[in-house]
Amino acid sequence: MGMKAPLKKVRGLGSAKDGTTHWWHQKVTAVAMIPLFVIALAYVISLVGADYSYVRYVLGTPVASLVMLLLIVVMFYHMKLGIQVVIEDYIHTESTKFVLLLLNSFLCAVVGLAAALAVLKLALGS
Amino acid sequence: MVELTLPKNSKVGTGKTYPGPEGATNLKTFNVYRWSPDDDKNPAIDTYHVDLDSCGPMILDGLIKIKNEIDPTLTFRRSCREGICGSCAMNINGTNTLACTTGMDEVDGDINIYPLPHQSVVKDLVPDLTNFYAQYASIQPWLQAETPPPSKERLQSKEDREKLDGLYECILCACCSTSCPSYWWNSDRFLGPAILLQAYRWIIDSRDEHTGERLDNLEDPFRLYRCHTIMNCANTCPKGLNPAKAIAEIKKMMVERR
Repeated sequence: MGMKAPLKKVRGLGSAKDGTTHWWHQKVTAVAMIPLFVIALAYVISLVGADYSYVRYVLGTPVASLVMLLLIVVMFYHMKLGIQVVIEDYIHTESTKFVLLLLNSFLCAVVGLAAALAVLKLALGS
Repeated sequence: MVELTLPKNSKVGTGKTYPGPEGATNLKTFNVYRWSPDDDKNPAIDTYHVDLDSCGPMILDGLIKIKNEIDPTLTFRRSCREGICGSCAMNINGTNTLACTTGMDEVDGDINIYPLPHQSVVKDLVPDLTNFYAQYASIQPWLQAETPPPSKERLQSKEDREKLDGLYECILCACCSTSCPSYWWNSDRFLGPAILLQAYRWIIDSRDEHTGERLDNLEDPFRLYRCHTIMNCANTCPKGLNPAKAIAEIKKMMVERR
């Protein structure tokens, strides 16, 4: 409670003048993932039972590696945005929230880049 | 932090049971949430038996009969008894609605009544809506224009007036906002469905000239974007409105003006 007027609390630090970019990017990446997932899944299914060197060869072709790279970038960006919302929704202790948001950004970047690196290795040859 | 369990002093116990009048055959059981700030007791559910043969048809009629004839300490808000003031909003058998427009025959079995969820309780069925009203004030719910007013009224075409249908009917009963999980967790910053619907009502008013400023005020990860289209608001609205759609329209305008 205290002595602050309720309107003072509601107005708080004012509008962040931000939020639409986050929301819009989440929608755009969601739409982009539909075709990318379908194509990537088709590749994976077509490779069921294939031997190791053949799988390496197919995933290293320009179209396959492009699809995989796009999917990885879009998916991990989407994941970062989504988990950020979950953390902001449920964690209200400022310090915990800050640490978790940092971890989320770092983890998505590290795992995403590691996945991208694997595709690049196949595409460009090791 | 998210509260998935009630704090110790909010655990609801069993309260008193008031028997129905002798000889009455047509009884309806009301289980009502009771809490008073005047003692240190936890909330409790009191049980009342209302004789339907001498009672009006609505839930509010039952509550008024209880207060008049059985237990005068029962506390609740009510005024118009016809669904236009929004005072008697409460949680009836798990759904936020108006006691005055909900018939007793719409409820099978016992009638379970609680205050609107996740608000501080003032007493019994009376929630503290201070924050809700302050949020309403924060969106400046009045016409704002730079053009000097004409000698008579500011005119509005029939088509522009129709854009307010489905919005102007909102009576600010808070059923939708208090049914929204995002509002439960973040009502300190998220404006909630009722206030955002009201904000949209002014954003699309053809006579209002502060559309941009109004959108600026909402452009915020919490004020607007905590809405995750859960749709509880549209499900529960006792006036049949769709706050989720109004919020979606605001989001579309945010993208449109970029």
